[in-house]
Amino acid sequence: MQKSPIKANGLNHYFGSGDARIQAIFDINLEITRGSLTILMGPSGSGKTTLLTLIGCLREIQEGSVTLLGQELFGADEAMFVSLRRRLGFIFQAHNLHESLTATQNVLMGLQVHGTGDAARQRAAAHHILGLLGLADRRDYLPGNLSGGQKQRVAVARALVSNPEIVLADEPTAALDKDSGHTVVQMLKSLGQARGTTTVIVTHDPRILEMADRIITLEDGRIVSDTLQ
Amino acid sequence: MSRLLTFLFGRLPIGWLQLTHSRGRFVAAVAGVAFANLLVFMQLGIMGALNTSTVAPYAMLNADIILSSEDGNTLTDGGHIPRVRMFQALGVAGVRDATPLFIGNLPFTLEDGTSVSLLSFGLNVAKPAFTNPGIAAHLDRLSLESTALLDEDTRGMPASVIADLQAGGQYSFETGGNTLTAIGTMKVGGGFLADGMMMMSDQTFLRVFPKRSSGAPNHILIRTDDGVSVTSVISRLEAALPAGNLRIQTMAGSAQSDKAYMSTERPTGIIFGFGVFMGILVGLVIVYQVLSTDVADHLREYATFKAMGFGQPFFLGIVFEEAIILAVFGFIPGFLVSVGLYNALVAVTGLPVAMEASRAVLVFLGTLTACSLSGAVATRRLANADPADLF
Repeated sequence: MQKSPIKANGLNHYFGSGDARIQAIFDINLEITRGSLTILMGPSGSGKTTLLTLIGCLREIQEGSVTLLGQELFGADEAMFVSLRRRLGFIFQAHNLHESLTATQNVLMGLQVHGTGDAARQRAAAHHILGLLGLADRRDYLPGNLSGGQKQRVAVARALVSNPEIVLADEPTAALDKDSGHTVVQMLKSLGQARGTTTVIVTHDPRILEMADRIITLEDGRIVSDTLQ
Repeated sequence: MSRLLTFLFGRLPIGWLQLTHSRGRFVAAVAGVAFANLLVFMQLGIMGALNTSTVAPYAMLNADIILSSEDGNTLTDGGHIPRVRMFQALGVAGVRDATPLFIGNLPFTLEDGTSVSLLSFGLNVAKPAFTNPGIAAHLDRLSLESTALLDEDTRGMPASVIADLQAGGQYSFETGGNTLTAIGTMKVGGGFLADGMMMMSDQTFLRVFPKRSSGAPNHILIRTDDGVSVTSVISRLEAALPAGNLRIQTMAGSAQSDKAYMSTERPTGIIFGFGVFMGILVGLVIVYQVLSTDVADHLREYATFKAMGFGQPFFLGIVFEEAIILAVFGFIPGFLVSVGLYNALVAVTGLPVAMEASRAVLVFLGTLTACSLSGAVATRRLANADPADLF
């Protein structure tokens, strides 16, 4: 078990090519402790989302090094990316649920990426986590029949159902009211304490700052402040 | 259905759920595949009828080997050969008997004024072994001057005439200055070849076709001795008979080459072959359109699945699942409607159009292949699903 499941060293990232080439991330050095809840802050365009996609195996590393769960991502192939992604849980700003699948089926997708197996047990696990997020009576609804907040909570359930080692979230509380936003972040925090799940959240939401273990602020692609709470 | 597919795939049937989510589009897609199936089935059905009617006259005959002129295209379309070949053939070991076969087209005006053509066969009625049992039973009566057997499926012939003939009556009619009397019926089914058929003695044949000579029949039929290999008799015939303007074939081989000629060299055969090709093309385009639109509509969901760690085989699985669902659901109505139209076609044209099991299986496999092919092309769009765009 690594003490720091996420490490970045001399990380740079560029968009575009030739004269239009713009550097988005400048020399990021970072270590995130297992089981902690870290919040990435910063104005829009500061590179925090880019950093999240680099950590999350969604973009190739151009320069520098990222070590995720003990694996070097620089130069890693697609197969390595795919197997690492299965150990992560993503929560997107938009819920990105599959409109043709019910809430339960969407959550099941989070389990079936690891293989199929005992269908009844998977279904029970999906129902359990939907219950924890207050969606027990909505579990067979299609996303089209759920409110924005409910959809976002289904997306959270999908990310957490497979007990990921790392949860990466982009504005997870933007579509939620204060109470459910609080419930979701509290859930992530207690997962960290109980199972050692490491969480990185990109957010502007001041309501959840107090619950973070660490707050990192980015500006123009550089870390400008890094405080432990 | 969803439960069955879950059991089959061992995972959620995403493709099925996706396709059936927008019911209107699903129905349109299935209708498209069904329509393509229908097109192919109709063309194949008519092509099958062409083949069946091409070889229908062979069913009247009972022989092992047929000698024909080399320039002949089919049984009913070709030149004459000298009758002396028959006497030469009779001297070859393994040949039990031989007889000349005369074929000609006889124009005939029906009572209602429409003119039809009757394909007429002239045979030596003293040799019933050369015809099938149904015809052989009537042969001795055909030795009467100017008598004939009439095809009961003759187009335009009043049903009362046929019924009367079957009950033992007679039907006299005039053609080209001669009077012919039908004394019984046979079942051949002319289809594309002619409006109807007649069987008569060679003597009657030469009377109604005064320009034909008894020394120049269309074909010579040969029956071999029991237990003798037909191919060995053919090679002995080839050695014994003078080469040049003579083709020696088994009856089955001759029927086969008639079919090949009609379906690949006659315009009708080519037209129907082209129709099959068009049907397949229509199906390919429809399925590709449906599947690629479906992939494009779900790029965001697929990108999410990619971010969750699903690999390329999973996405290919979804697209092929959809392709196979469309193939199966399109084939069923396409098949049923085709069977209905076949029956309608038989009622209207009298062509021998029938649904054969082998054709149904072939078209189904073709549909699966075409749908999978379209699916394979549609999967190229999957590359556009980039999980990095999700944030």
